[in-house]
Amino acid sequence: MTDLVARFKHGYPGFGLEVDVRLPARGVTAIFGPSGSGKTTLLRLIAGLERADDGYLAVAGEVWQDANSFLPTHARPLGFVFQDARLFPHLDVRRNLDYGLRRIPPASRRVALDGVIDLLGIGPLMDRKPDRLSGGERQRVAIARALGVSPRLLLMDEPLAALDQARKQEVLPYLERLHDTLEIPVLYVSHAIGEVARLADHMVVLDGGRVVAQGSTIDLMARANLPLSRDDGEGALIEAGVACHDETYQLTDIVFPGGRLTLPRQAREVGQRVRVRVLARDVSLTLAAQTGTSIINILPARVTGITESGPSQSVVSLDLGGTTILARVTRKSVDALGLKPGLAVHAQIKGVALLK
Amino acid sequence: MIAAANLDAILLTTKLATVVTVLLLLIGTPIAWWLANTRSWLKPPIEAVVALPIILPPSVLGFYLLVAMGPHGPVGQFTQALGLGTLSFTFTGLVVASVFYSLPFVVQPIQNAFAAIGPGLLEAAATLRARPLDRFFSVALPLARPGFITAAVLGFAHTVGEFGVVLMVGGNVPGQTRVVSVQIYDYVEAQEYGQAHQLALVLMGFSFITLFLLYAFNRRVTTLNA
Repeated sequence: MTDLVARFKHGYPGFGLEVDVRLPARGVTAIFGPSGSGKTTLLRLIAGLERADDGYLAVAGEVWQDANSFLPTHARPLGFVFQDARLFPHLDVRRNLDYGLRRIPPASRRVALDGVIDLLGIGPLMDRKPDRLSGGERQRVAIARALGVSPRLLLMDEPLAALDQARKQEVLPYLERLHDTLEIPVLYVSHAIGEVARLADHMVVLDGGRVVAQGSTIDLMARANLPLSRDDGEGALIEAGVACHDETYQLTDIVFPGGRLTLPRQAREVGQRVRVRVLARDVSLTLAAQTGTSIINILPARVTGITESGPSQSVVSLDLGGTTILARVTRKSVDALGLKPGLAVHAQIKGVALLK
Repeated sequence: MIAAANLDAILLTTKLATVVTVLLLLIGTPIAWWLANTRSWLKPPIEAVVALPIILPPSVLGFYLLVAMGPHGPVGQFTQALGLGTLSFTFTGLVVASVFYSLPFVVQPIQNAFAAIGPGLLEAAATLRARPLDRFFSVALPLARPGFITAAVLGFAHTVGEFGVVLMVGGNVPGQTRVVSVQIYDYVEAQEYGQAHQLALVLMGFSFITLFLLYAFNRRVTTLNA
């Protein structure tokens, strides 16, 4: 029993949340959905910052809330990173970090704060007050402060949403390093599919206060019928290993069970695991393998499903040696090529984005 | 030089204002905290009661307090049962009356300061293992410090400046209830304008300097936070 089990019925006028989920208490689980879908409310219910009218919550077999009991927030072994950092303005960075650390017994200090300070690159900021920090620095201090209590569960509420693009790019690598270094399970609320694709192992998709899908990020991203990314375009993830570099043309090859993909030269070691994203709109289909084309990445695939998406478009699910990717094509093309489940085709991939 | 009687009045006034300010901070803080955080329907009526002394003529407040503390009033019955006699025309009675009279000047700045902190930082403190009382002392209190300074200064100054309530409840007992404002009134009644001038000037100077320092401090706080 290492999972997080949450059942909540929570309502106020104009909004109702009704969830019943079991989440793996390891890795990063993204709670994803559009604004107003109840993501933040779910996170606050788990933290005990809000109290559901009707709720059950158990983390790693320990009951935090049921019909008869409610563990107050300060008694829950969690860390919380707010969207707006919420550093204490009257304390400098060092005393902000010490705030939580001082309040847990020395025996339960499992996270070495010095290591976290290095990891997040906030060592030089120790004597500054929060009003002398940039947005990105503030958020990194807030993350370190939350880790200072050695939480058994880290809750992050859109920690990048209040930052501009440059600051996001500044903080994201630190989040990835945390993921790779610490053993603490993370619930990560976000409405940015790019962040989720980069960081999350699992995801829960919320819409209108209900769970509409949950599962591994790779699986969910490859599903054609989810409202995952209305602005961003849907796209599947591929996990692969770096095979070799071509120094002449400055390219990097990666391999996965479905074949080999060529990317612009990446600063990665041969053999390193990477995650790439292939947007459905960057994939086109041919019946025979094309020659005389400038497209390098052409892989044999098998059609597994076709989902209509709007009046003229369809999203075709493709199997590449066990990995699913999506292709966005016109309905006219579906008919012209006679696409149907089981058909062997070739996928021409125009763009591959390296995520991590 | 300041006459001995005047010095007595000044010392008594200082003592009264100090005791009242300390009591007001102790009583006013929990009231202000409750008012800043509650969603109870009781909030508006309690706020109205606390604010009453701002608009009531001091004679009205003094009259009710006098009746309550008198031998047949509820407070008077209670203090007599304890063997303390009645509080009217005593220093203690004056303290009680002044606490009521200056309450809004202490509660309101503290309440505003607490309200300005908002729930966000206290929630953050809760996720960092701080219990409710711990959150109050480690986050709310230090952040509300400017509000407390304003409250203490206004409570003290307002108590120094009161007259009507003192006259109603305290009367004019030398060394017990004869504070500066009452002393000045006595001088004017007796047409001793020289003495009246002396004390009036002291109060005038005190009041100006107090308010000047308060506004200068508030300006510094605002600039620092900007």
